[in-house]
Amino acid sequence: MAGTLNFSPDDRYNAFITTCREAPFCDGALAGTAVAVKDNISTAGIRTTCASRILESYVPPYDAHVVGLLREKGAAIVGKTNMDEFGMGTTTETSAFGPVRNPVDPSRVPGGSSGGSAAAVAAGFVPMALGTDTGGSIRCPAAFCGIVGLKPTYGRVSRYGLIAYANSLEQIGPMARTVEDVSRLMSVIARYDPHDSTMLDRPYDHRPSADIAGLRVGVPEEYFGEGVDPRVAETVRDAIGVLEGLGADTVPVSIPGMRHALAAYYVICTSEASSNLARFDGVRYGPAVDTKKTWHEAYQDLRQAKFGTEVRRRIMLGTFALSAGYAGRYYAKAQVARRNIKEDFERAFRDADVIAGPTMPTVAFRLGEKTDPLSMYLSDILTVPANLAGVPAISVPCGRVDGLPVGLQLMGRQFEDERVVDAAFAYEQEVRR
Amino acid sequence: MVTESDIEHIAELADIGISKDEVPEFTTQFNAILDYFEVLDTVQGESAPADGITNVFREDEPRPCLPQEAALVNAGSTENGFIKAPRVM
Repeated sequence: MAGTLNFSPDDRYNAFITTCREAPFCDGALAGTAVAVKDNISTAGIRTTCASRILESYVPPYDAHVVGLLREKGAAIVGKTNMDEFGMGTTTETSAFGPVRNPVDPSRVPGGSSGGSAAAVAAGFVPMALGTDTGGSIRCPAAFCGIVGLKPTYGRVSRYGLIAYANSLEQIGPMARTVEDVSRLMSVIARYDPHDSTMLDRPYDHRPSADIAGLRVGVPEEYFGEGVDPRVAETVRDAIGVLEGLGADTVPVSIPGMRHALAAYYVICTSEASSNLARFDGVRYGPAVDTKKTWHEAYQDLRQAKFGTEVRRRIMLGTFALSAGYAGRYYAKAQVARRNIKEDFERAFRDADVIAGPTMPTVAFRLGEKTDPLSMYLSDILTVPANLAGVPAISVPCGRVDGLPVGLQLMGRQFEDERVVDAAFAYEQEVRR
Repeated sequence: MVTESDIEHIAELADIGISKDEVPEFTTQFNAILDYFEVLDTVQGESAPADGITNVFREDEPRPCLPQEAALVNAGSTENGFIKAPRVM
């Protein structure tokens, strides 16, 4: 079975930056399945913008490893999804192509930065999509749009062809309406690639199992404290009660390093971004730089005109955090905090097999609600720890508050993505009955 | 505390152009974020090399790569098979 899939959705949520009206596909496990791909993942011959004016007309000459795998397995790549510019945001409002609207309530944001992928899945335009998660960018929009999203263990999915924002934190991962589809997509993309030297050869070949009797579920107090909407906390506690009803045992655990997590995360991701985004100079790709100007003048003029404000703010923050006289206070301290958090997780995983909490501290914000950068950053507090520790984390819908979806987040030991998938599957099967 | 002239200096270092009327807002936002980062002053512990992680090396041998035309196709300005850049001096 091979052919062409016709794809022309009524994209009233602005989920796509580019759609492919006639998407070819070949035979394979995903034959003819429409898959949307976040627009920071390279697709040969299909423009890839990172939702930025600086890459507005960039057409990659090669496929990301995961895209090659999708094509090989018969997926029809039907479009490139909208996102926060370069992945820098929690709402998909920083896109140069306009904000995405949440299909559950179009006056709300879909979350970010993979907001287009989440909206495309939630609206039913595609059954599954790829997102990327640097500090929650798969799990946050999955929670806000009421779908399932998995951030794999760091090193389980190749980042080759992912346009880098913060290499030490980010992973490509699957998003879908069901845990089973998330697992199916994961088994296609988690395949070894020597192009990514941070990868281990640990392929994912798993069919979800709902048998979780005896599973030890760690409940960290830090995930239910200050800043978390009490109704969201209550909804998630009820969901953990469902896991107990299925034979899981809950144990209290603690991640004391959480108090440093958000600051450490923002220091590390902006530092890495300031280095990664230096390549956007209008020379090798992007709009032509004025070669008559001097190097710095040409470079500064182009980047001021083509980067959005949040991208410029993060590049400047990272430049500052790495600059002489400050690197010891910010970057070096953030690395120590990161290691402490990783050790907190290792300690917690001696008593627990998975750790459960809310994905986001609140339900989806209204469009335009978060105007101050720091208050936007603070909403990432429950998702960044998994990226700092490199552990797998899934968000599965677990109820509603004010009619808006809430996500249950389940984190696991490194390379135990299968276990978080099973726990999420058990929950989903139980509540769907 | 960073000042408006610090912000202009950081923008210069980062090669991010910044207009005069953006400077006050960037300064205020930077200071709010840096105030929040102060929590890192309370981090306990020393940096230590990570265990169990090794560098991944390969022999420095030529391998297949993008053909020149494909590598040049996104460049804004080219000349005789090379990418044209602004003058450095």
